[in-house]
Amino acid sequence: MSGRATTRRQLLSAIGMIGGATALYQAMTTLGHAAETQFKGPPNLSGARPGQSIIVLGAGLAGMVAAYELSKAGYQVRILEYQPRAGGRNWSLYGGDTYTELGGATQHIGFAPGNYLNPGPWRIPHHHRTLLHYCKAFGVQLEPFIQFNHNAYVHNADAFGGKPQRFHEVAADFEGNVAELLGKAIDQKALDAELTVEDRERLKEALREWGALDENMRYVKGLTASEHRGYERPPGGGVNGAPIASTPFDRTDVLKSGVWETMAFFMNMEMQTTMFQPVGGIGMIGKAFARQVQPLITHNAKVTKIFQDKTGVTVTYSDTGTGAVSEAKADFCVCTIPLGVLNQIDINVTPEKQAAISAIPYSNSVKIGLEMKRRFWEEDDYIYGGHSFTSQDIGLISYPNNHLFGEGPAVLLGAFARTGFSANRLAGMTPEQRIEAALAQGSVFHPDSYRKEFSNGASVAWSRVPWTLGCCARWNEDTRKAHYQTLVAVDDRIVLAGEHASYVGCWMEGALTSSLDAITRLHSRALEA
Amino acid sequence: MQTPSPRLLLAMGLALAAIAAPALADEPGGLTQTSAPVTGEQVYTQVCQACHMANAKGGQGAAVIPALAGDPRLAVAAYPIAMVVNGRGAMPGFTDLLNPTQIANVVGYVRTHFGNAYPKPVTPQEVARIEGAK
Repeated sequence: MSGRATTRRQLLSAIGMIGGATALYQAMTTLGHAAETQFKGPPNLSGARPGQSIIVLGAGLAGMVAAYELSKAGYQVRILEYQPRAGGRNWSLYGGDTYTELGGATQHIGFAPGNYLNPGPWRIPHHHRTLLHYCKAFGVQLEPFIQFNHNAYVHNADAFGGKPQRFHEVAADFEGNVAELLGKAIDQKALDAELTVEDRERLKEALREWGALDENMRYVKGLTASEHRGYERPPGGGVNGAPIASTPFDRTDVLKSGVWETMAFFMNMEMQTTMFQPVGGIGMIGKAFARQVQPLITHNAKVTKIFQDKTGVTVTYSDTGTGAVSEAKADFCVCTIPLGVLNQIDINVTPEKQAAISAIPYSNSVKIGLEMKRRFWEEDDYIYGGHSFTSQDIGLISYPNNHLFGEGPAVLLGAFARTGFSANRLAGMTPEQRIEAALAQGSVFHPDSYRKEFSNGASVAWSRVPWTLGCCARWNEDTRKAHYQTLVAVDDRIVLAGEHASYVGCWMEGALTSSLDAITRLHSRALEA
Repeated sequence: MQTPSPRLLLAMGLALAAIAAPALADEPGGLTQTSAPVTGEQVYTQVCQACHMANAKGGQGAAVIPALAGDPRLAVAAYPIAMVVNGRGAMPGFTDLLNPTQIANVVGYVRTHFGNAYPKPVTPQEVARIEGAK
């Protein structure tokens, strides 16, 4: 297989998206990734039979929203949680925190007050309405998450001699080249069968404007192209006020840069602006949920057995500190334990349900926070929030969206490594090695400052997180077909909930919508009983 | 969520993996192009070690990541090959990331390290056979 074929296929895919390819959108909708949330408001359950009880396993967002809504409905609710902390994957690490991963490596977080790393979720799409509803209801203060920054960098080791370039320059050049080529195709009558004469003219006009082409439908050095890609000398005042046009990059470098991946990424429904983040770290959401249900939570409870019969559900758990074994009984159970963990717990559900629990592997991901002594990306490079993308394992570096123009130390996200080689390579390192890798790779963007201004760092490798053993459930079309409905169905007295039981996988919204649907069905079941 | 197959570019002894995923979850975006591991030791260090640890002793939290060190179940090569090909529970199958040669290399490596002594070489053909039965 040649690299050229690969590039061409990916390129066509990106152009397909730019062209708004219906088929691609429909394929994604089928997988459940492009559609907006189905949230129509909180479930407003009511009328629980007096004295009926429900045990919730896991105090992540799915578990806590279940406990909150079921309590309101009149059930006696109790939550068992493995960790000493509520919130689950909704979690921020602050200075003074300690984190021990599987394998025993312990990190003492050294961030300055107010700074944080969000190891898991970190951004909220504007259409994740369930999450936004509860954030508002529970008093979580939100601020903009700067998702799209045209002035951040894109870096690909194979393009521009390995030198990062500003997104607005490379993206403008990509669009300009595509527009020019498509214009030529029209002029060479390649699209006559597809388009009427009028539509050809309309499309050419659109291409001229969208691609910043000149009057001859060419993407060339000039003030028109510079309005998109930026200037050699920007417009100003006085004697030297006149702008000087910049020179577009070589087309081959533009194609090699992979910028179209980044452009297509931002087109995805869930990556579109406006996005939000909680003031003070994503973990503020988990804390706000916990304030609603904290008295119901038993912490440090490691579930070892879930047994149901005609009389109810019995959950066996051990105290992670003392090892003391206890049993908790309830009429029904909402289990939000991640599948990779649940798969190792003795639970008497149908064989089909057990097969579904065992069938779904988990993704990996690594995030690394680097505290820098000053905001050199703002002060020296005029980058205010957003992401610089790289073809290296770290995937990107992301700039803080809060306290812009602030003095003092700030935390950069120094890596968001995708599942596959990148996440596994970084996860397999010691915390110290991860920081070194993040510094070495991230330096490509800010070579003069990155190591010089570095103060301290922290990392979370999701494959080594003791309470999940992975990041998120990885469904595919085959497993959806074979197992999804079985997984989400109420199994006598037990129902599963969490991002793994949703089509909004790996998002907080998925955890919440899954849970609300699960408890609504469980409530119906309880009323029938 | 679905992980696309990586495109493995094998040319002039240089192995490159380019992975570009649409945003099927909260993912980083962009394009990753980094060198892929080749030898058994490289594959172990850059893939398996993320969960099974550098000493192959695994870990225990809310659930267990099994140890591979001193593991008698490695005596029959088909068992670890099937694990890597099919996955189990939270562990994914790795055929979308590793080719039969890489899998044979890493299974051979684990079977002869970490207190395991099963020297019979593992071949890509054995891996391909088990992949074919998938």
